Amino acid sequence: MADTLQPPPYRVIPIIPALKPGAMGQVRSFVANEKIQTNIGFPGRLVDDWKERALERMGQLLGQYRSLRVFMDACVHCGACSDKCHYFLGTQDPKNMPVARQDLLRSVYRRYFTLAGKYFPKLVGARDLTKEVLDEWYTYFNQCSECRRCSVFCPYGIDTAEITMAAREILDSVGYGQKYTNEIIGKVHSIGNNLGLPGPALEDTLLGLEEDVKEDTGVDVRFPVDVQGAEVLLITPSADFFAEPHIDSLIGYAKVFHASGISWTLSTKASEAGNFGMFIGNYEQLRKIALRIREAALELGVKRIIVGECGHAWRVAYSFWNTLTGIGAGAHDPYALQLQHQLDARYKQPTHICEFTWDLIQRQALQFNREANDAYVVTFHDSCNVARGSRMGDYAGGQFDIPRHIIRAVANKFVEMDAATIREKTFCCGGGGGLLTDDLIELRVKGALPRMEALKQVADEQGVNFMATICAICKAQFSKVLPYYQFDRRVVGGVHQLVSNAIVLGRPE
Amino acid sequence: MSNIDVNGKTYETDEEGYLVNLADWNKDVAEYIAKTENVNMSEQHWEVVDFLRGYYDEYQIAPAVRVLTKAIGKKLGPEKGNSQYLYELFPYGPAKQACKIAGLPKPTGCV
Repeated sequence: MADTLQPPPYRVIPIIPALKPGAMGQVRSFVANEKIQTNIGFPGRLVDDWKERALERMGQLLGQYRSLRVFMDACVHCGACSDKCHYFLGTQDPKNMPVARQDLLRSVYRRYFTLAGKYFPKLVGARDLTKEVLDEWYTYFNQCSECRRCSVFCPYGIDTAEITMAAREILDSVGYGQKYTNEIIGKVHSIGNNLGLPGPALEDTLLGLEEDVKEDTGVDVRFPVDVQGAEVLLITPSADFFAEPHIDSLIGYAKVFHASGISWTLSTKASEAGNFGMFIGNYEQLRKIALRIREAALELGVKRIIVGECGHAWRVAYSFWNTLTGIGAGAHDPYALQLQHQLDARYKQPTHICEFTWDLIQRQALQFNREANDAYVVTFHDSCNVARGSRMGDYAGGQFDIPRHIIRAVANKFVEMDAATIREKTFCCGGGGGLLTDDLIELRVKGALPRMEALKQVADEQGVNFMATICAICKAQFSKVLPYYQFDRRVVGGVHQLVSNAIVLGRPE
Repeated sequence: MSNIDVNGKTYETDEEGYLVNLADWNKDVAEYIAKTENVNMSEQHWEVVDFLRGYYDEYQIAPAVRVLTKAIGKKLGPEKGNSQYLYELFPYGPAKQACKIAGLPKPTGCV
């Protein structure tokens, strides 16, 4: 009898790197100065009684969020998370293992909030809160992108991002904030977007885009702003108005709206989808930023709210806008009720731009010339907050399928990266969660390693030369780090950039 | 905060070397900052820097990369009206590096 037994195929062996203790101890994001801190209501500098106030804030958070106390208590140090973090894999610093990062906070929790830790600290690994510990919190909680990949593998479902958010909130409350995030939050409050783009500049940019699209296609595609009575209010990251490749997706949204015939508008007041309030775990900032969108929606009288390609914005929109603003059910203040009444209940509120486009594709309301994307072999990078913090469509996993469905509808060649690096197991781009800043470029380059490895594999084996994504942070981060890994920065782009290339405007021949 | 000294005068910059006071800017400071960025200022560099400053005066923000490439393309011909040309001039990225040399605030956010 012939031996037909086949061994399983060789796998790419996942390599767990050797430890380099302290490798990233000196990589510290710039601390926010007094002006930036006080501008958004935080103490300007480290307060004298920081220890008492930090512990007080920690106690408040433990009382306010039952989940945080469970996460503090539940970890058994099994180590399942340890090699799941892109920052650990890229930096080899053991404190970037999720379990070790969490323990920076957990050890202090044990010391002051558990019986055993109060009386036998050494026995239970409890630590006093010293200035060194506080500095360590600042360093390593600003080396976590809150991507929650580790949580997928945690047998207890501990949400590490929530622990990072709590740590950052404690740090802000004692005057030890991060420059990048807190400066940006201040800009949203005063100008309306992360970029600091004033209304007239936005209008000028949009006019320029109308000219460009007219030149390219011969069709008058509009980029309306502050249009009273429009059907749709589009909330998109301000990077879409400014940066490359982001702006190509903005052009894609406009073409889809044009082809659909549905009236839409942008808003100068709510010219930002991003909400960095979530990154720092501060409910008041999160709410204040989200309320700009409600104000704009009420003023403009729109019936639908659609969100552009922005990862964490979609998590905030999908998971929190309902109770924060009344976009969706759950909030009961008068303005929330007014908005719920105003928005058209026949549509999902909010809707992701990918849901909107996919719905039109399914109804055969859009025409594409797929060959327009034939220069590309496309892959898709799932963005963490969409993948693990939200959903699209009407079933679990819709957030993975819908962007891929769109890509297949507009391009002929699509390839998946390694299954261990996509969908709910996707690797962070390396710049999420408030870390997309030049002072952390070393962390960003190293943290991109796992995604770059997966991309390299499909580039070498299947000729992939375009990685589509639906997050402004992913786009900016990859544009910056791709060249370090010998890729062209233009290998990354948006899903609606591909839509824009292929969509047929007006009547087909 | 830190400072730079150019021709005997002291200018205040932030941690990343961006000028704190926009009014402090002059061509000598621009040359100095460019040197720290390993950018050798040529006529082509000045064209971009001058455009950025003009745009900023009008709109209180640096122009979008696309607005910049279009303006350059109109002035210098379509072969230069693309981001590749700007990246050749300012390798760390036209938005940030050119703004720094032009004495404008750093664009923030997901850019």
